[in-house]
Formats: sequence, structure tokens, C-alpha cells
Amino acid sequence: MLPATDNSAFWLGVRSAAPFILVVVPFAMLFGVVATEAGFTVMETFVFSATVVAGAAQFTALQLMQEQAPTFIVLVSALAVNLRLAMYSAALTPHLGAAPFWTRALVAYLTVDQSYACSVAAYERHPDWDLRTKLIFFFGSCAPVLPLWMLASLAGAMIGEAIPPEFALDFAVPITFLAIIAPMLRTLAHVAAAFVAVVLALSFAWLPFNLGLLVGGLGGMMTGAQVEVMLERRLKPGGRP
Amino acid sequence: MDSTTIWIVIAGLGIGSFGLRFLFLGVIGNRPLPPWILRHLRYTAVAVIPALVAPMVLWPAATGGQFDAPRMAAAFVTLGVGLATKNVLAAIILGALTLYGGLYIAG
Repeated sequence: MLPATDNSAFWLGVRSAAPFILVVVPFAMLFGVVATEAGFTVMETFVFSATVVAGAAQFTALQLMQEQAPTFIVLVSALAVNLRLAMYSAALTPHLGAAPFWTRALVAYLTVDQSYACSVAAYERHPDWDLRTKLIFFFGSCAPVLPLWMLASLAGAMIGEAIPPEFALDFAVPITFLAIIAPMLRTLAHVAAAFVAVVLALSFAWLPFNLGLLVGGLGGMMTGAQVEVMLERRLKPGGRP
Repeated sequence: MDSTTIWIVIAGLGIGSFGLRFLFLGVIGNRPLPPWILRHLRYTAVAVIPALVAPMVLWPAATGGQFDAPRMAAAFVTLGVGLATKNVLAAIILGALTLYGGLYIAG
């Protein structure tokens, strides 16, 4: 069913992403603190978070810069972590590709793990949504997460004091991602995709530039697609898939 | 770290990340994709995100890559609660409580 108004579609998006506030804020503050400790000014930290908008890649870049890695290696490694964003872009295209050029550019800028995952999960639950509803939901799912990511990095940079390691803020990322993914494991194909992706990512973790992530991701996607075909064949005996 | 290097990294990562995000949305736009590609794309999230998380859970950077029981327990509770309840907020809160409880017990 279509949400009654644009407003309600927007709030559905906000609600779906709101739980991530709990983990995005401390993680962004941690980034602000670590960045200033590494020699970034408050301004540089804020611009970094506002233009790149990808925590895992930002941390990768910081770490390599602190290890005095060549700038080229810093860029290649951090962008490899962000290659998954190209996969998200591809996965959003069937839903949002019909939007005007500048709207698509804005969607691209706002594509992060949370907005992508919340939106695709909602689109799968509501196959009857039109383009307008899908777009409004997407922007709604960005609203609780993205401004806070930028502002909390700024706050962390201004406070600039080390956060004690007992807070274990490093684990905000795995907890966020597991909470995103668990409700999406609806069919055998989804579970098989996740399982193969994990096994491959761990087996190929030794690859440089985080390429193990790509091996795991692509292997998982191929597994999911194959299992889906096999299940369809079983449901339709004699019929073409 | 000098300011020029910092701004080169910011600009390079900013432009590169936007390019990756816009790659398909911008270039393909409204053109229909073949069904076999769509079938693969349906599994993007459930493949890429677990592949990203698994090494962080098994070899946390915070412990120098050493296996850490509280973090492993927190990961399983988050996943289990998420699977059982489909509730993101409950999964995050119970996962965090498990993490802090586990770290407290481990001392």
C-alpha cells in the first residue's frame, strides 16, 4: 500500500533509520577525535566527513596517513573500501534510475550503508511503491543519519580529547551492520549469499587494499542469484526459470 | 602531516567516493537492466555487508586482531535478536549491552 502522503513516506524513512543514531553519533565523534589527533584541523575534519561521508573509508585513510603511506596508496585503499558504494548504486538503479539527473546526483551523494539498506529493504517489502514514494523514503532515511554524522565528527574534533578504549566504540560499526542485515535474511537464497560472502571474505582477508571484501561480496551475490534460480526451478517443475 | 597532503586526500576521496556512488545511478539511469543482473543485485546488501563485518568481528582492530569473546558474543546477540524480532533498535541495544556486559565480566 502507498503511504497516504509524502509526509508519511518521509517519516517512514526517518523511523527506519532512527535506531542508527545510537551508533552513528559516538562513531562520528570518535572519528573527529582520531582525526585531530592525527593532525587534522577542525575545519579539515568537518570537510572530510561532509564530502566523503563514509566512516570506514575515512578511518582507513587516517590510519594509512599516520603510517606515512604514500598519498596514492592512501587513496587507492580507502576507495577500495568504498567500492561497495558502486554496488549499492547499481542496486538502487532499478528503483530510482528514472529520477531526474540532479535528483540522482543527490541520491548518489547521500548513498551510505544505512540509507541504502533501509531503502532497499522497504522497496522489497512494498513492491507497489512509485518512484516519488521511493525517493521521499530514501531522503527520509538519510535525515537522522547524515547530518549527525557530519555534526558529531565536528563535535569530536572540537572536543579533541581521547575517548577511553573501554567504550569500545570500534564495535559500533559491526553492531550497526549486523542489525541492518539480520531482518533482510528472509529466504534461503539470502542466507546462502550471506554465508558464502562471510566464508570468502575471511578466506581472502589476506588480499591487499581490502579486496577480500569484494571477493566476498561478489561471491555472495552470485550464490544468492544461483540459489534463487534453483528454488524457482523446484517450485515450477518442467517450467523454464 | 602537512596540510597539502590532507587536502589532496580529502579532495581525492570526496570525488572518488561520489564517482563510485554515481557510477550506475548516473550512467544507467532509466535504461532497463537484464534480469540476470537484477537477480544478482538483489543480494548486494546481504553479501557485501556480512563480508565487511566478518573480519571486524573475528579479528577486531581494537584488540590488535586477537579474538575477543565479548565482541563475538555481542555480534551473535545482535544478529540473533535482529533475526528473531526484525527490530533494528532492539538488536542494537541488546548487542551493545552484551558487549559492555562481556567487557565488564572480562575485566
